[in-house]
Amino acid sequence: MYYRAKKIVILILLHAFLLSVALSCIYPLIWMLNVSVKTEDQFRSDYGMKLSVKPDFNNYKTVIFEGKLGSYFINSIFYTFITVFFIVIISSLAAYAFARLNFPGKNAIFFMFLAAMMIPLPAGFVPIYILLNKFFIFFNTTFPFLQKWAIAERSGYVAAMTNMGLSLSIYLLKTFFDQLPRDLEDAAKIDGCNRLQIWWNVGLPLVAPALAVVIIFNAMTVWNEFVLASLMFTEDKLMPLQVGLMEIYNRNIIQHTLIMAALALAALPIILLYLKMQKQIIKGLTAGAVVG
Amino acid sequence: MNSNNNTFTDKFKNFSFVLPAFLIFSVFYIYPFIYTFILSFHRGDAISGLEFVGWANFKEVLIYDKDWWRSMYNGGFITFWALTFQNILAFCLAMGVDRATRTGKIYRVIFFILPVLSEIIIGLLMREILISNPGILNQWLKNIGLGFIANNWLGNNKVLLTTALVHCWKGFGWAFVILLAGLQTIPEQLYEAARIDGANAWQTFRKVTLPLLTPVIAMVLVLTILGTMQAFAMILALTRGAGGLTEVPVMRIYNHLRGSQVGLACAEGVVLGIMLIAISFAMLYVSKRIRRRWGVLPS
Repeated sequence: MYYRAKKIVILILLHAFLLSVALSCIYPLIWMLNVSVKTEDQFRSDYGMKLSVKPDFNNYKTVIFEGKLGSYFINSIFYTFITVFFIVIISSLAAYAFARLNFPGKNAIFFMFLAAMMIPLPAGFVPIYILLNKFFIFFNTTFPFLQKWAIAERSGYVAAMTNMGLSLSIYLLKTFFDQLPRDLEDAAKIDGCNRLQIWWNVGLPLVAPALAVVIIFNAMTVWNEFVLASLMFTEDKLMPLQVGLMEIYNRNIIQHTLIMAALALAALPIILLYLKMQKQIIKGLTAGAVVG
Repeated sequence: MNSNNNTFTDKFKNFSFVLPAFLIFSVFYIYPFIYTFILSFHRGDAISGLEFVGWANFKEVLIYDKDWWRSMYNGGFITFWALTFQNILAFCLAMGVDRATRTGKIYRVIFFILPVLSEIIIGLLMREILISNPGILNQWLKNIGLGFIANNWLGNNKVLLTTALVHCWKGFGWAFVILLAGLQTIPEQLYEAARIDGANAWQTFRKVTLPLLTPVIAMVLVLTILGTMQAFAMILALTRGAGGLTEVPVMRIYNHLRGSQVGLACAEGVVLGIMLIAISFAMLYVSKRIRRRWGVLPS
């Protein structure tokens, strides 16, 4: 009886502790959502403490159209999709070669990719910024008619971001390719597939779970990237969401409800994606940690 | 069966699979790596022309620039809080959730929401909550009867501590997930064996959990140091550097780049990078020594 009571008390204390920490995580987010559907006057009177009974979505309308959040959002989607597409193709090709094919210097190159994950380059964005700036000038003077679509800026940023995700993706996919039975590939070879066809028809479908991790994890990294984007893009029409949020904040510093609507719009896709795919995200995170 | 005959064209075809990755990696990792060192010995703008200045940038950074050392102190201060407060909290939570198996998953989902949100979102949201006008956090504290703690959170005296705490708040879920994954790899039989041998909770923790978790803990500590010393975007969004009071090393590099002091920025990057590598290798070495001494690692 005594032990049972003691056990229950410990359980209650434990859950009180866990619950209070959990509350501290989600309360600010709920508050953010709640404030985003208030008018500025309502916010001034209750500081977002009271639940909004009649939600008012004008803030969202204003911030998307007048605050240009819509265009930042589209830019972010564009950069994320293109970058993740390139990461998937390039890293799965390389990972397949590291796992299955032979060429001189294989181990050295693979080791280089691993080392890149462990060696911090805190000023890495400085030379990349300089390099890309030179490229922009070169490109825009050579092809002035392409300047209005900002091809150089967009593709430069996408290329730099592709590199950021390569090492981890190659490592993750290689460990998956290593585990595949060779029989299937041999069968495909007998049926007359070349290397590229085996990679596409046999390899990729079999590592689909790892590809999901690579896609989700890199999509979040690109979506959340700020430093390089803030250096690269000085024009409003090119900015991705993270840089745009800072702009929106600076322009509407006293309109708290408007800012909360912007933050909520930026946070919601990530939260929904996370709730749907949390297994893959956590797998990507722990894989990254194991290497480091 | 191996039909890869070792002709030159065959090897080249194999290599072509790695070629795109290798090219991108060379341009955006190897080249920046080398160019950082070269730039750190130069002064001027990379586009209009560079001037070789020898060790002048390093002298400036290491000896004359008091602000650099202050930014290192700020980074170190935040890292100290992340290492102690954030990781101990994460460890306690992981231990708790590891025991509460039935509700464990929902806690893991909630704790990991903050690390997946971007640093800018967290920084701006907390700025709105903490800034003295309208003072949301102070209102909350008043409502639950803790009005006496209310403070000017982003004022000069408190801003560095507040930044450190917000950083911990954003980061603990990350450490929690890794520690929990580590805890769940410890086989249940070991706990049973300890219980049969009559070990109490503390002894089990001290003799089973802690030694087996040492490699994971060491990894979390190293990654915390690397991550926090290079943290930047969240702090920029939260405080804007607060006139140097929360300026961290990477923010200084970023500002020097924007002020076209490229050489100085690179020299600072080299100094910080070397320090971080040295610290992480030292930590890994110590962790290995500890494991050897406790006889967990077959040495």
